[in-house]
Amino acid sequence: MSDYLKPLPKPTPTSRPFWEAAKRHELKLQHCAGCGAFIYYPRPRCPQCMSAELNWERVSGRGTVYSYTIVRRASTRSFADGPYVLAIVELAEGPRLTTNIVAPPESVKIGMPVMVAFDDITPDRTLVKFKPA
Amino acid sequence: MSLKNNAAAIGIAELKPTKDAPPDATPLGLMAQLTADAIADAGLEKSAIDGFLVGMPVADPGFIYPASAAEVLGINPRMLNVVDIGGASPAGMIWRAAAAIGAGMCNAVLCLVADLNRLGDQRVPVISVQREFEAPYGNIGANCGYAMIANRHMFEYGTTPAQMAKVAVDQRRNALKNPLAAFGDRPLTIDDVLNSRMIVDPLHLFEIVSPCSGGSAVIVASPEIAKRAKNPPAWLIGAGEYSNHSSITYAPSLTDSPIRPAADAAFKMAGVDRKAIDLVCPYDCYTITVLVTLEDAGFCKKGHGGPFVAEHDLTYAGDFPCNTHGGQLSFGQPGLGGGMSHVVEAIRQLMGRGDGRQVKNAAMAYVNGNGGIMSEQVSLILERRS
Repeated sequence: MSDYLKPLPKPTPTSRPFWEAAKRHELKLQHCAGCGAFIYYPRPRCPQCMSAELNWERVSGRGTVYSYTIVRRASTRSFADGPYVLAIVELAEGPRLTTNIVAPPESVKIGMPVMVAFDDITPDRTLVKFKPA
Repeated sequence: MSLKNNAAAIGIAELKPTKDAPPDATPLGLMAQLTADAIADAGLEKSAIDGFLVGMPVADPGFIYPASAAEVLGINPRMLNVVDIGGASPAGMIWRAAAAIGAGMCNAVLCLVADLNRLGDQRVPVISVQREFEAPYGNIGANCGYAMIANRHMFEYGTTPAQMAKVAVDQRRNALKNPLAAFGDRPLTIDDVLNSRMIVDPLHLFEIVSPCSGGSAVIVASPEIAKRAKNPPAWLIGAGEYSNHSSITYAPSLTDSPIRPAADAAFKMAGVDRKAIDLVCPYDCYTITVLVTLEDAGFCKKGHGGPFVAEHDLTYAGDFPCNTHGGQLSFGQPGLGGGMSHVVEAIRQLMGRGDGRQVKNAAMAYVNGNGGIMSEQVSLILERRS
């Protein structure tokens, strides 16, 4: 049993390839064959053009901080173990994702370039976090 | 069919929010009290209520909720529904009531919300996508999303913490005149706000709404009923609704909100200019929410919300009366009753029942309801006819 107490992602049939790639330390996104859009989070169909032809593609892992906050007082006890940086990162390929920036909180700035940093939180699960590039 | 002048609010009821949940209180118990108070305020017999829109209480949720609540209250509705668009639900109820009345489905709709503050530790989101892609990173509850909006607004437009704090300060001055406000006992200064504990940068404790117990009700009625009502009716003359995301991460912009299309639709329906508005009641779960609402609803230029609130007096006696009940920041947030507080205050002011905080000659009010993290938006324009 893991002593990790924070909420764990529970993959669905739609999202399983994303989390399996993360476990291999690869960032993969759905890419729509219909309209060319990269998609995050994983969807049953392309939310732009409704195409069902979505292929998993490895992406650069590069992005910038679109916005962030330093959470000094968390809304839930499982995150009460100290301040953390919650952020929205805009990937080079376009989509934005919710993530954490692994860096001293006061050093994080909007527009800062970041690079994916995989965090193996349990033997089965890896979160997609980012660090300063 | 336009909703303009199809229906009017003729009765209101509101409980003073409390921080704790009284041990013997239940959401249905509060709803029963509010229903009795609202029909008495409207001067109606309960049998006249033939439409029922209700909010799902977090403290006592259930499936097939409207009929079970209606049964408890002894109401036999010709139209019944839960409205489930977060904090925008109460404002959303008002135009849905008017639409049902205009379509001839019913004549007097009870719009009802009540809840108890028993949430305590914020639970993991019930929305499965957010449980999977937000909660593992600690994006739980609403604080983080609004903090990221505020940081981005400061980055794009140079908005300052003191400008945001001004919203809480002016609204507190309004709350001092509202006996129903949970936090209306002492004034607040900008320094008080900026020196209060930082919760999620850049938002301080006094910029964040406080969950409470309580509730409120509004009765929306047909023109035939409204014309012989005991209160001066507050007519719905404009309404608009819009949503373009659930999690703020997937919104097109953090600072350009879906309020804009909702407000534009409401003003287009009403056929009035922003300058015709005598008071505004924007949803204020956080100080930043008010700035973004004033911008996107067209009361000031995009990005100028900070200087706008700094330069205007937002009190009931000021040049831009805003949330004259104190806003949720000072009134408290009794579940969906937080969102209803803006609707109730607009109606109260238009009825001339503002007592010590009455806005002089208040004839037209703008209300915005906001759900989730700037997700669901409902704008209303209400008018008192002379």
